[in-house]
Amino acid sequence: MHIVILGNGIAGVTCALGVRRRLPQARITLVSGESDAFFSSTALMYVFMGHMRLRDTEPYERRVWDEQRIERVRGWVGAVDVVNARLEFTDGRTLPWDKLVLATGAQPNRFGWPGQDLPGVQGLYSVQDLEALEASSRGLKRGVVVGGGLIGVELAEMLHSRGVDVTILAREPRYWSNALPGREADLVGRVIERAGVQVRYGTELQAIEAGSNGRAAEVVTRAGDRLACGLVGLTAGVSPNVSALSNGAVPTRRGVLVNTRLETRVEHVYACGDCAEITEDNAESGRVEQLWYTGRAQGEIVAANLAGEGRTYARGVWFNSAKFFDLEWHTYGEVDPAPVVRAGERHLWWSDPSGLHALRIVERDGAVTGMNSLGWRQRQDVWTQWIEARRPVEAVLKELARASFEPEFARRFEAAVRQGGQWLQAGEST
Amino acid sequence: MSVRTPDAVGAIGAVGVALGLAQMGAALLGAPMAGYTGAGLALCLVPLVVGGLIRAVAPYWGTTPGIKNDGVHHAPSQSRGWPAWLLGVVITAFYCAVYWAPAQLVGLMNLVTPLYAALTGKAPALATVEGVRAAGWDPRQWFLYGLLYTVAVVVMGARMAMRYRHSRYQLARTASVCFFQLTFGFLVPQLLQAFQQPEFYFTYFWPLKKEYLFPSDLRGLVEQGTLGVFMAYWGVLMALVAVPVLTYFYGKRWYCSWVCGCGGLAETAGDPWRHLSSKSLAAWRFERWSIHGVLVLITLTTGLVWANSAAQGQVLGHASSTATHWYGFLVGAVLSGVVGVGFYPLLGTRVWCRFFCPQAAILGLLQRFFSRFRITTNGGQCISCGNCSTYCEMGIDVRAYAQRGANIVRASCVGCGVCAAVCPRGVLRLENGATSGDRFPLSDKPLHALMEALRK
Repeated sequence: MHIVILGNGIAGVTCALGVRRRLPQARITLVSGESDAFFSSTALMYVFMGHMRLRDTEPYERRVWDEQRIERVRGWVGAVDVVNARLEFTDGRTLPWDKLVLATGAQPNRFGWPGQDLPGVQGLYSVQDLEALEASSRGLKRGVVVGGGLIGVELAEMLHSRGVDVTILAREPRYWSNALPGREADLVGRVIERAGVQVRYGTELQAIEAGSNGRAAEVVTRAGDRLACGLVGLTAGVSPNVSALSNGAVPTRRGVLVNTRLETRVEHVYACGDCAEITEDNAESGRVEQLWYTGRAQGEIVAANLAGEGRTYARGVWFNSAKFFDLEWHTYGEVDPAPVVRAGERHLWWSDPSGLHALRIVERDGAVTGMNSLGWRQRQDVWTQWIEARRPVEAVLKELARASFEPEFARRFEAAVRQGGQWLQAGEST
Repeated sequence: MSVRTPDAVGAIGAVGVALGLAQMGAALLGAPMAGYTGAGLALCLVPLVVGGLIRAVAPYWGTTPGIKNDGVHHAPSQSRGWPAWLLGVVITAFYCAVYWAPAQLVGLMNLVTPLYAALTGKAPALATVEGVRAAGWDPRQWFLYGLLYTVAVVVMGARMAMRYRHSRYQLARTASVCFFQLTFGFLVPQLLQAFQQPEFYFTYFWPLKKEYLFPSDLRGLVEQGTLGVFMAYWGVLMALVAVPVLTYFYGKRWYCSWVCGCGGLAETAGDPWRHLSSKSLAAWRFERWSIHGVLVLITLTTGLVWANSAAQGQVLGHASSTATHWYGFLVGAVLSGVVGVGFYPLLGTRVWCRFFCPQAAILGLLQRFFSRFRITTNGGQCISCGNCSTYCEMGIDVRAYAQRGANIVRASCVGCGVCAAVCPRGVLRLENGATSGDRFPLSDKPLHALMEALRK
């Protein structure tokens, strides 16, 4: 059996290794236009900042591919031919499959802004984006980042590390307020500005204008402000990459439509990772999960199902983490980013006077349902257990030290939370 | 264009360092500016140390606390460019001179003589090339070495502390290695001589300080009176009791990255190059043979020395002294000094500790099979970015464990904690936990696990 996996990111590679573990005889081919070997796309920023070389971001030594008998094919795929069960490369090559896994990832959103395709305008997702950024940032003085989210702050930090003057345009009134409640968003915003990056809130992009050299030279906001810049970063989210499926052979909506077993609507074709849109019971639309660990978990499910295990994808208690300049963020369970506390909920909020350490515990119907921490590493297994067991906040507060994942000798905040934590009741601003 | 204040201050520090080095260079050529006097030494050491501290700290002044690895792989001095090669050659040449051609260093020895005299209470005449050649050595060659070593640890320790000042673990650890080097690694052994006591290093034990379990040295200590007896007992107890007990509770790190002078130099002066250690499987294979090979060598040598001593030199003739001599040359000089430190800027900071140190080999075996220490991972938060592996000075592929949520229990880990510090997702934590099942399969049956590991 020949299993072809289109895309060698975390989802595709996890799938390939998972298939090999289960099916020693299968022929496995990993196809990528982006890179020869799997690398960690979340680490691209560290390559640009000089923390690592690109090679250092490869999670497996290159000998692994031979050892695991995973063939690698480099090339861009133009179309997926379902009828003949083969991939068609843009250079004319074809590759037949018995089973196909789509793990094509995503691409930066471009909302039809005038000038969005000019040279000097780019997102940050692929190796090619990194190369373009490297070329554009030579001698660069000013950059504008469009989108006040996670990739936005990463791109800002990257440019800032090279001495570039950066402005972030954020549509929302607070930083990343579609993921962070009010106080966290404020603390994060303050950290970004303290680092020397300006954030313009409530500001939307109108157009990007070219200079005499044909490259992006100026950004125009909806309010009519003009910002001169040599680079425009588009970081207003990413969308599933379904460009090879434009022939409609594999049904897509936002992403490649799959059921909870991650099977597409076409037999023998699966999808996982950033490109997949998961629907319950073949509903018309579903959810797209574009995190590193969801890609990994989905790749594992597809591998299991290629081996006939018939498993369904269940994500479990939500978690995520990020770093905003020097401020680390952990979240477990559900934390509603709404500006006011929902009915039926109350939140315990604590923050250190420095604004560099904070904790929010969300309680719904008497049980802990989620948490956010800033500048305070928290254990996933402990919080997951508390959330699954629907522990009351009082019990959690008593055992809070168990959840700390801070290094030895770190300052302890548990007592401060128990004494100085502030209850936010339903209707109060978050 | 305006100059950033820290850059300007850093430049002043660099001028200080240059002044100190110029004074050293002049002394090396036999013409120090203020002669071989206390003032002459001050003229060298004060600008060197103060300027070094300023230069080391300035780049981080005014920055927010946090990871400071911007540009590490872009700097030629930190990515095997020509400055790294130059520095490697200079350090290597210095080590060669200290070990095998001390007469070349007469000028520097004389430069540091005032401090040597003040600390040891001795009043040696100026060293001469002929005199050192004739004697084959001079105690001041080692004093000079220890002084420069200590300056490097303290100055670069300040840099390390500034770089990682957001982490109290790093601050405590850096303060600890600086303290132990300054006191027990440098001042105490010198001051002991002023009180007519043996020059003894309380922070080194067999097999790193192999003589401390040699019969002749033990006898020599005991003959020197009460303190000598204490020292003899200290050396034996540390090597045979304290090492396994402390390693059981805290892992190898209590020594390698909190106390040891070699570790101290690596963790301070070596920090700019920690990312250069090889993470390849080939390096790991070499490491397993080389480090345990040295351990076998020193164990055999020590056994030979004791056998010879028991037989009063009757049975084995010169075998034990020949073995000791060659071990000293190969391991003590070539591997620990010339290669171990000289190659810092090219092969990473822990060349000696990782590949050759027999003390690290013992601590590592204990850590792997009889210790509560491990690095734990935080569920599924790892994004496989590779910062942990990149900045592991021991060449451990930390990410390989972290990305599958496995605990890290490795003989080579010195517990520096930098992997946990550089992790952008808070995934790694150093812990002294239980020893049973959560470490690795068979960890409740260490002997069995050891046999399994050997079979691999």
